[in-house]
Amino acid sequence: MRDRPTSLPIRFDAVTYSAGTTAILREVSLSIGAGPPTVLMGPNGSGKTTLLKMAMGLLTPVSGRVDYADQKDQARRHAFVFQKPVMLRRTAARNIAFALKAAGRANDPAVIARLLESVGLGALADRPARRLSGGEQQRLALARALARDPEVLFLDEPTASLDPAATKGVEDIIARTAQAGVKIVMATHDLGQARRLAGEIVFLANGRLLEQMPASTFFTNPATTEARRFLAGELVI
Amino acid sequence: MSALELIVSGDARLFAIVGLSLIVTLSATFFAAVIGMPLGALIALTRFPGRNALIVILNGCMGLPPVVVGLGVFLLLSRSGPLGELGILFTPQAMIIAQAVLIGPIIAALTRQVIEDLWAEYRDELVAMDLSRTSRVATLLWDARFSLMTILLAGFGRAAAEVGAVMIVGGNIDGFTRVMTTTIALETSKGNLALAIGLGLVLISIILLINAMAWAVRGWAERHAG
Repeated sequence: MRDRPTSLPIRFDAVTYSAGTTAILREVSLSIGAGPPTVLMGPNGSGKTTLLKMAMGLLTPVSGRVDYADQKDQARRHAFVFQKPVMLRRTAARNIAFALKAAGRANDPAVIARLLESVGLGALADRPARRLSGGEQQRLALARALARDPEVLFLDEPTASLDPAATKGVEDIIARTAQAGVKIVMATHDLGQARRLAGEIVFLANGRLLEQMPASTFFTNPATTEARRFLAGELVI
Repeated sequence: MSALELIVSGDARLFAIVGLSLIVTLSATFFAAVIGMPLGALIALTRFPGRNALIVILNGCMGLPPVVVGLGVFLLLSRSGPLGELGILFTPQAMIIAQAVLIGPIIAALTRQVIEDLWAEYRDELVAMDLSRTSRVATLLWDARFSLMTILLAGFGRAAAEVGAVMIVGGNIDGFTRVMTTTIALETSKGNLALAIGLGLVLISIILLINAMAWAVRGWAERHAG
């Protein structure tokens, strides 16, 4: 159990967001609390990434508000892994060192080595990050996020462009991280991945929150027609 | 004596001119970079009223005519000018200022474009890491270092090849402010083609050598740092 102030639960209160005239999120109200991973699901364009970025503080609602249990310094307690993470132009180890410094943590070679080992990149510490494979880059992005020692880790479709082996590598890290007590909030449209990782499902369609419930309930007894169609593999537009 | 003989024999006059040219141009490139790169990065990362107009002006200044820059610096440094008390007109310092003014906008404008493009790619990642504005600028400048090196080379090349501005503010004084380009112009008009061609060959060789070295460094660094 962490002995520091917690930003959980994160509360969305009637949050609306639009880009120009296009509504991305429409009056979304929900609460993300501590516990097993929360997985955001829904078709493309449903607002998953926007909701994640808003929870991280990267976007500001047009109306409504996002609150954290403890507002102070919450950005320091959160980390984000993007679908296509940017690899800084330096070695894998120096990418980790950069993240440690950004988080105000000591630049300890032992910590860097441990983080790289934890994502299976110990042997590639001195390899330029941009020369790593897609799966390796995604694992390095995870290690870089974990270098912040986050309370909440946001993941935006972290395996979207990876092959099954690389996907398993990333999922194993996510599962271990969740077991270590880090709150995982992840967007995916991969049903199998959601079944493997989720403790709770948030289902979005067309910018609206349609369901928020335990994963076991969602997969066996979804409440809405859209969710049933989505689970059946039908096109939800 | 032929041009090649002048070079091979290590002609003292020729190499004094080459030495002064390198000091002036490298100094001008250094000062233009110290001012132009942070300025370009600042414009890239800041939003303020009149920003677009400033970018248009900055881009336009990339094509400043050297003689106009020379005239401007001449007026600034002449006895009756605002900086006349410095007494540096017709000295290498005046030539450095003129070349820095000439290439400063080139370095600032190209840096602005490179950093703005990189910022579009890095924005979310750096904001998510909660970096301060200063750290963001430093990170972007470091990660753009290979592109910035090319910009420096462009500035150096423009300064090294320039003749009009240094002629006006330096005066082309033998043994004091005479550089390669002004010497080539003068010796050609006098019909002393051997020295003019010799200096021309040296000038081109220096520019090619510096570009080759920069290319090699860039290749090595990209292999080792990505």
